[in-house]
Order: sequence, then structure tokens, then C-alpha cells
Amino acid sequence: MFKILKRVSTRIFGSLFRKRENIKIGFYGPPNAGKTSLANKICKDWTGEEIGSVSAVPHETRNVQIKEKVEIKYKGKVMTFKLVDTPGIATRVDYENFLRFGLKKKVAKKRAKEATQGIIEAIKWLDDVDAVIVVLDATENPYSQVNITIIGNLVARKIPVLVVGNKIDLKKADVKKIEGAFPDYEVVGVSAKEGTNMDEFYESLFRLARRV
Amino acid sequence: MEKKVTGKYKGLSLQVLPFSEVQDLTIAQRVKKILQLVLGNKIVILHGRLRPEEEARLIEDTMAMVDHVKGFKGIELAVIEPDLKNETFFVKLKHNIAKKLVGDNTALTVIGPATIVKEIKRDPKRLEVLLG
Repeated sequence: MFKILKRVSTRIFGSLFRKRENIKIGFYGPPNAGKTSLANKICKDWTGEEIGSVSAVPHETRNVQIKEKVEIKYKGKVMTFKLVDTPGIATRVDYENFLRFGLKKKVAKKRAKEATQGIIEAIKWLDDVDAVIVVLDATENPYSQVNITIIGNLVARKIPVLVVGNKIDLKKADVKKIEGAFPDYEVVGVSAKEGTNMDEFYESLFRLARRV
Repeated sequence: MEKKVTGKYKGLSLQVLPFSEVQDLTIAQRVKKILQLVLGNKIVILHGRLRPEEEARLIEDTMAMVDHVKGFKGIELAVIEPDLKNETFFVKLKHNIAKKLVGDNTALTVIGPATIVKEIKRDPKRLEVLLG
């Protein structure tokens, strides 16, 4: 009897402990919303290192990038996360769009090919994350089908979601519009580049982690 | 000398796909059917909507095709659904029961090739398809 109780309690508390110890947080969203910028900001705040490079050219992140054991301390609480930064999800990839940024044709074509593979990889990772931060560009229309598809897939998989409206440092940013588009989700506005409103973000992140 | 004018596309057509035509298909078959039409430069208007996992599969297969089919740049996709936010509990319940029983055929899904459909502007109540 004692052995059974011990096994059950070990399993329950063990799983709770494991979940809190290394929560896999995926960063999802359309290209150029600032997923890597936000992941970089978190990594720099707590580990001193970045997770990946950022660029104005879309599809800069073309492979899933992972940062293990990011320990975040907030208001006396400590949680350890595994950050999974994914390539931006899009329904179209046109190498000609990259030419506008001064890329040579060969380089642009290679980037497009890698971008398509990155999108497939990002979708596959949906099955392997504990919670997701959907990063949206707060200056863009939030009613895009990609955003709806990402969130719909997370709901179907019962994965907790936090929506982040990034780039609030820009005049056109409209976090209220994002809140209106996704009324069932917690939305927090930040500027990953400027580090604005990160306290509120960390508070939301801890709330998200508790739902895992 | 006669100058030959050649358009980029041979033709553009809309194809309305009743939900009954796809409801018995597997995810892979549904996505394949849609992509075959899109590859034929057709804008597909699906009566109903795809499930989230089907939309994800559609994006995955689209990306695989961008990689393999010359000149194919992807798709534009949008769904419009009735706004039930301000409806009564019973209207919402009726809608949800119908959705469970016969699938979501109150929605419309528009899927077009990215080479033809430049953008689909969507706000909660209307869709605007911009051709490129």
C-alpha cells in the first residue's frame, strides 16, 4: 500500500516538477513579426546570449532555433524554459520579394527554398511544444488567415497560447485591434527591440507557464 | 512584323466546391484536390471551412510544391464565417450543433494561387480579393 502511494505521489509530483523545470515555449507567427527579436530579448535578459540573427529581410529565421535552460526569475518566482524559435509561417514564398532588399537572384532563390522548408519544420514542431507565444506585428492587420490558422491549430492541440503584439514603439501599432481579433486570448503589447513593457510580458509568460 | 502578345496566365476561373464534394475525403485527399485546382490557376471557393489541422496540412503541402513546381509561389487563403458574437445563446447552440452534425458549411473558404491573387484582405465581416 505504502509502495503504491509512494509511486503515485512520485509520478504526480515528478511530472509537475518536470513540467515547471523545462517548459518548451514555441515562438510562432508570420514572418517579420519579431519572434527572434523577442526570443533574443528574453535570452539576453536571462542568459546574456542571443538565440539567432534578425533582419529586415523576411524569413531570416529558416531553421528552428533552440535555447535550453533559460532560467527566468520574476517577482520571487523562478521558472526554467526551453525556448523554441520557429521560422515565420506564410502561405506564399516568392524569391522575387527578396530581390527588393538587394539580394542577388541566386541568394534569393536559396533563401526562398530554405524558407519553404523552414515553414514545414515550424508546423511539425507544433506537436512538440508545451505552450506557445504567438508574436504578431502590431502595425499589421491581425485578421490574416495565417494568424487564425496558427491559433486554430494550437486550440485543437490544447496548447496554451499567449498573443504578443510586437513593435509597439512604432506609431502605427494598434494592440487594441489584436485584442479585438483574438478576444479569447491574453494579449500583451511589447517592443522587443526597445525592451518596452517586458515586465508585463514576463508576468503573462509565468501565467502561461502555469497553464501547462 | 506581327507581334505576339502572350499573357502570363492562360485564363482565370473560379471554382465553387460544395462541401458535399469534399466531406468524405481524407485530409490528404482534400488538400490534394484543392491544390490541383489551384495549380490549374483556379480560385477555389469552398463551401465550408477546413479544420485547423487541414489548414496546416494545406500550408505544408503548398510549401513542398513551391519547392518543386516551377513558377508556383504559394497560395492566398481566407475564411469568412458568420459573426455570432452578438447572437443569442440558442442561435449559437443551433449553429454549433449543425456544425457537429454536418460540418461547418456556413463558412466560405477562398483559396487562390499567389501568382494571381495578390492579397485577400479580410476583416471580420467581409473578404476583398485583390488580383495581381
